[in-house]
Amino acid sequence: MLIGVSVLVFFMVRLIPGDPAQILLGQTASQERVQELRAQMGLDRPLPVQYLLFVRGAVTGDLGDSIVTGRPVTEELLARFPATLELTLAAMLLAVAVGIPVGVIAAVRQYSVLDKVTSVLALTGISMPIFWLAMILIVIFTVQLQLLPFPGRTSVPISSITGLALVDSLLTLNFEGFRSALLHLIMPAVALGTIPMAIITRMTRSSMLEVMNEDYIRTAHAKGLMPRRVIFKHALRNAMLPTVTVIGLQFGLLMGGAVITETIFAWSGIGQIAYESINRRDYAMIQAVVLYGATFFVLINLLVDVLYAILDPRVRY
Amino acid sequence: MKIRELSRREFLAVSGMTGAGLVVAGCGGGETIGGEEEGGGDGQPQEGGTFTFGRGSDSVTLDPIHATDGESLIVCRQIFDGLLDFEPETTDLVPALAVEVPEPEEDGLVYTFPLREGVTFHDGTPFNAEAVVFNFERWMNSGNEYHAGGGPQASDFSYYSGMFGGFDEESIIESVEAVDEYTVRFRLREPQGPFLRNIAMSPFGIASPAAIQEDVEEFWRNPVGTGPFRFVEWNQGSTVRLEKNEEWWGTDVPVEEGGGGPFVDEVVFQSIDDNTSRVAALAGGQLSGADGLTPDDVPTIEQDPNLKVIFRPPLNVGYLAMHTQKEPFNDVNVRRAINHAIDMEAIVQAFFGETGEVATNPMPPTVPFFNEGVERYPYDPDRARELLAEAGYEDGFDTELWFMPIPRPYMPDGRGIAQAIASDLQEVGINCELVTFEWGTYIERTGRGEHPMALLGWTGDNGDPDNFLNIHFNSANATEENALNIAYYENDEVDELLNRGASTIDEGEREEAYMRVQEIIMEDAPWVTIAYTRPPLGFQNRVQGYLPSPTGGESFNSVYLSG
Repeated sequence: MLIGVSVLVFFMVRLIPGDPAQILLGQTASQERVQELRAQMGLDRPLPVQYLLFVRGAVTGDLGDSIVTGRPVTEELLARFPATLELTLAAMLLAVAVGIPVGVIAAVRQYSVLDKVTSVLALTGISMPIFWLAMILIVIFTVQLQLLPFPGRTSVPISSITGLALVDSLLTLNFEGFRSALLHLIMPAVALGTIPMAIITRMTRSSMLEVMNEDYIRTAHAKGLMPRRVIFKHALRNAMLPTVTVIGLQFGLLMGGAVITETIFAWSGIGQIAYESINRRDYAMIQAVVLYGATFFVLINLLVDVLYAILDPRVRY
Repeated sequence: MKIRELSRREFLAVSGMTGAGLVVAGCGGGETIGGEEEGGGDGQPQEGGTFTFGRGSDSVTLDPIHATDGESLIVCRQIFDGLLDFEPETTDLVPALAVEVPEPEEDGLVYTFPLREGVTFHDGTPFNAEAVVFNFERWMNSGNEYHAGGGPQASDFSYYSGMFGGFDEESIIESVEAVDEYTVRFRLREPQGPFLRNIAMSPFGIASPAAIQEDVEEFWRNPVGTGPFRFVEWNQGSTVRLEKNEEWWGTDVPVEEGGGGPFVDEVVFQSIDDNTSRVAALAGGQLSGADGLTPDDVPTIEQDPNLKVIFRPPLNVGYLAMHTQKEPFNDVNVRRAINHAIDMEAIVQAFFGETGEVATNPMPPTVPFFNEGVERYPYDPDRARELLAEAGYEDGFDTELWFMPIPRPYMPDGRGIAQAIASDLQEVGINCELVTFEWGTYIERTGRGEHPMALLGWTGDNGDPDNFLNIHFNSANATEENALNIAYYENDEVDELLNRGASTIDEGEREEAYMRVQEIIMEDAPWVTIAYTRPPLGFQNRVQGYLPSPTGGESFNSVYLSG
């Protein structure tokens, strides 16, 4: 699968019109200088040769140097990774923390007003474009109410240890920094987390409903167990299987959403670098973002498979 | 006159009022400072605070000689000073690290710059004649040990070669020598009309020799100069942080000569790619100022009681170029007919709003030797039809009109403007198919002359007429690849005049040459000039003393935050 991704991304970035050397040097550069830079960047070689060099580098962990910063792209992405991790984790945490309980309640109280309101909200959430939601949040909370700050991750300098602003500020007892980082995180996390939240809510609700109709749930009720115990101990655990699958898949969505969210909020993570690299035709960087993204996605889904075994005793590897 | 022994605090006590008066005087002159509500109040510049400036993209390099993009140069401008500078809000010359603007000697082959004494670089090393010589030798000699660095996107000293003809034997500057500790002498191989203006450009900021010798390869992200702000940190893709240089030499120089301040403790350049978010961040009080606004943002910002708009004086021109070597545009009557057929007043009003001014010449009025006598072809569709008939196109013709796919500073909406032009042309029987490409491809193809008619524009670098007229109308720039003269206009008389204007130092002779070029261009009509754009910048009301430069690279030394 990763080989397929590597072929796709390699040739697709080269289909984007515009020559990186020309873009880099600007409109007034001489033709000789452009040629020289192309040669320096290895762009004058035949495509298959370029691809083989790329693959040879990739298997040894060397994905090339960024043409923008000159540093190895892997190093560059690692530096940006904590920002994206912080954002996606916050978004996912929000999605799970809200989505699962709301889904459970909606299922338990099926056809109640609460259920109907939840369904409408979840449908709205799924249909809402991230950039639109982000702009609405900014207009309300930054422009009108002036409550939440943006852009960036903090307005108070935080010394970097792990790269996660919230963790670092606590480690250094920088409470001002922690507050700033937390406030900066709210809008991007909500913008990014809304779609997964809606999907998780719907998934939890429907799989809970299905499980609640199973015979063993009736048995559990019949033998006089407390409804609360039935719901959490018996129903929820079994209903979690499809939800966990969906959460795993949502990480893919989050990575796509991060590009938009990070660009709008000027959040200096991997999504923002992806956007910039495409604008600047930074081939090596685009390839690395996609390749690492795919790898990360595969790993997350592997993790999901492992979780199955924990949740469902019937699954043994 | 100079009171160097005073500490900064004492200096303020003595002359703070004078300085304040100058700021007010500087503001009073231009409509560009929109602080009427505050009425200037007591008008005294206040110290302290952070000035956060939002912009569309990050810098590429902070080694000024390697920079070619505005976002790198405006940061470099804060960290470095040149020998000369442009007076705030104009393109007139004022001394900076030199004490005066020198007069040419030996018919323009020699210039002697007396230097400011007692200036130190941010790393504490002294600024002197040797430092100037070191910088120029680094730039001009390709064999120099320090002719390197700049980071991965280094432009290979392209502003040096672009402005001074090339390196080594090709360099117009033959030698730079230190006459004594505070005097440098430049010897040129041939006279150069725009020489002093070139010297004032921000790529030619003087860097600390000690810092370059220490690590030339890393200098692009650890810049050291003498400027009003010193470099603190750069989070690539996000922010550049600078802090006040308490020892700046310009503090006691009058504001109208580029001095005063620096007042704010800290300057932060914040890049926000998304235009809407940037404006929202400004409106939400998260930024002190922002550039890259669209004409549509102007009314929004003007309506906000906390915000104001300042217009940058124009140093650009948007134009429609006709390929003068292709049928039917090789006929001057056709080109004149097209000029008559377009109602440019209406188009500029509709698409530029307050930010635009209908252009009469291929360069804006901020550039010296602008010919006031030249007038546009009046909007007159009947006359256009007559001229077309004379050229043998009484039934009109079909052609293509190319437009750029993205907004540019000199043209906010290429597609809209192209549509408006096409509909005017249709009135006189010319049917235009609208064509565009991705931006990089667009430049490539127009640079090869593949278009019949194309929209494009130009932003000036140094405010010299050479930088507008020579680039666009010298046949030497009508090249097969990367042409800048995309009208492919060739006229021996114009070439001759342009070359004379570029090589003489006699201002009278330059004036005559450039005035005449503008008349000929008007008669020959290779372009339809569209507009000069005054790019809008948005600020919080409390931001005072922001003096936008037509070149786009103003210093923030005079900026302060009121109450």
